[in-house]
Amino acid sequence: MNSDELAPKETSAALNDPSAQLEWEFRLPPLPPSPASKTPISMETMVELRSVSKRFGSVTAVDAVDLQIRKGEFLTLLGPSGCGKTTILRMLAGFEVPTSGQILLEDKDVSGVPPYRRNVNQVFQSYAIFPHLTVAENIAFGLKMRHVPREERERRVGEALELVSLKGFGKRRPHELSGGQRQRVAFARALVCQPKVLLLDEPFSALDAKLRHAMQLEVKHLQRQLGITFVFVTHDQEEALIMSDRIAVINRGRIDQLGDATDIYHSPATSFTADFIGEANLLSSEIVYKNGVTAHVRLAEGVELTVRSSAIRDGASQALLSVRPEKIYITRNKPMKENAFKAVIEEEVFRGAMDELRLRVAGKLELMAMVANESAHERAWHKGDTVFCAIHTDDVVVVEQK
Amino acid sequence: MTTTADPRAAAAAASGQRQPGTTGWMLLSPMLLWLALFVVAPTAILFVYSFCQRDELGQVVFEFTWENYARIADPVYLNILVRSLWYAGLTTAICLIVGYPVAYYIARSPAQRRSRLLLLIMVPFWISFLLRTYAWISLLKAEGPFSALLRWAHLIAQPLEILYTPSAVMIGLVYTYLPFMILPIFTSAEKLDNSFIEASLDLGAGPWRTLAHVIIPLTKPGIFAGILLVFVPSIGMFAVTDLMGGAKVPMIGNVIQNQFTQARDWPFGAALGITFLVLFVIAFWFLHDRGEARR
Repeated sequence: MNSDELAPKETSAALNDPSAQLEWEFRLPPLPPSPASKTPISMETMVELRSVSKRFGSVTAVDAVDLQIRKGEFLTLLGPSGCGKTTILRMLAGFEVPTSGQILLEDKDVSGVPPYRRNVNQVFQSYAIFPHLTVAENIAFGLKMRHVPREERERRVGEALELVSLKGFGKRRPHELSGGQRQRVAFARALVCQPKVLLLDEPFSALDAKLRHAMQLEVKHLQRQLGITFVFVTHDQEEALIMSDRIAVINRGRIDQLGDATDIYHSPATSFTADFIGEANLLSSEIVYKNGVTAHVRLAEGVELTVRSSAIRDGASQALLSVRPEKIYITRNKPMKENAFKAVIEEEVFRGAMDELRLRVAGKLELMAMVANESAHERAWHKGDTVFCAIHTDDVVVVEQK
Repeated sequence: MTTTADPRAAAAAASGQRQPGTTGWMLLSPMLLWLALFVVAPTAILFVYSFCQRDELGQVVFEFTWENYARIADPVYLNILVRSLWYAGLTTAICLIVGYPVAYYIARSPAQRRSRLLLLIMVPFWISFLLRTYAWISLLKAEGPFSALLRWAHLIAQPLEILYTPSAVMIGLVYTYLPFMILPIFTSAEKLDNSFIEASLDLGAGPWRTLAHVIIPLTKPGIFAGILLVFVPSIGMFAVTDLMGGAKVPMIGNVIQNQFTQARDWPFGAALGITFLVLFVIAFWFLHDRGEARR
């Protein structure tokens, strides 16, 4: 009877041991100083997609995608659910075969090669930790299947456990681990195989916000440390901006835009990208006149902006503009700048770090602006105030309607 | 006692077990009543009978004796016992080999096809078991359609002489119990998350090694349940051996049935029944414990 009572307590005590509290800390040296961490990613291509399409019956999930993924790069496939990003990942893993086109891994066509013959590993959204095996057996699985001798296997499993700071957890069963620990087992199990490319399918979606953010940074460090090419799938634009070297924004089976985080955020090419990443005022406008460098566009009667003309097609009479809400400067007095106009504050929403202002400019034209709230005691802007808005020419981006 | 009550409750809650409360007992009561009336009471009666004697007319005489249990050790009955175990074991093995791929295929099918295939597995239950067994007799008899088909294809020269042989008994047993193997394995395989299979392939295991290292271990609960559901009743089966085996290859079920009918020796039949019950319980605990240990 005594032993019966003690048994469950023992396991719970084991779960509370100090090492278990290092919930999300990969034991790695600090991130190298920023010039070093910006080590240029080699221009060599690790993975190449050549006009890859995938159709399921009459549905085209991936539509003639061309993409080159560089060696050592952290590339994110970002898009809403059902956009085809997961299908691209599954084709890279070998779970799906492209309907047409080619996938090259280090210049070799692997389009029809089954997953167990590709040097590519995946971290699954559900982690897929085998419940009938211990943590160490899970991590050793890939090595065992590749006939790595026992001694080397044990050494590498030990190293992998240490890498994800799960030393001493080898004999645990998966159901004894927390969500974050299970995820680290999933990383260790994939990385121990030394893949050419690591595929990550929304690995943070099951974690709470704080833990997720910590994991994002740690995984980013881990990737820089190991220099392995990561292909990451997510629908979370913030996650993509934080982690990626480059982001491929996917919409309806096609790459909408490919670039680094700042490119994608500051210079969205399409209305889809502008709207999907961060927040954007999408404004339709009429072109008043245009020369080689700038153009004047009219948003509404009396509201005209100067924009860069390079993105406006010759002969176009209309242009779609994207303006980030935090790029609209609000002042009381008319500023001595171009691109300034009057507006009335229709609504003010407190959003923590920022205040969101809903502005009515003229007629149907509405804008959303974000301003830092400067003081807890005094609100600078009130509903009904008449204010002036100013937008820098470079912050008005002409986008393609998509 | 109050001090120990709390940690025990906590321990029980932690391990996922808990004592049923008042509502729980009320909900359980119909089943408990059913079990008491139709399982516990008959078993108790059998237990008492197994130590009784019988008179010349076959009436049970309530006088204590070990005689019935001593008779079980007779080589005649031991032979039948060994044969029963062998037939039941073979039936279980064939059902497992045939049933596993079928169950797995159904579980992995798209939802619509899955329910249609499951229905096909269930359909035979809508027809009386005895009718189905007679159908097999007419299918297998020397002048039946199988025989004709095989002769037409020149696979056999003489009329098929399979009915009333051990092979016919095996066919009947496998046919009868196959669904009881398929259904629990199907339930296990249906719950198997596809990402486990993909993870295994991803880690370099080919289809066969994925089967051996991931799929079979993760469907073990279904396999154990299927083995129990096939092995236990097929040991006691008497209708198939009677009808398709022509009573030429009796199994232990036939012997027991015979004691209660023609032989009119209820105490000996009861002793055989109790002996088997004890063997089953031991076998069940063994299988169950192994199944638990592997979880």
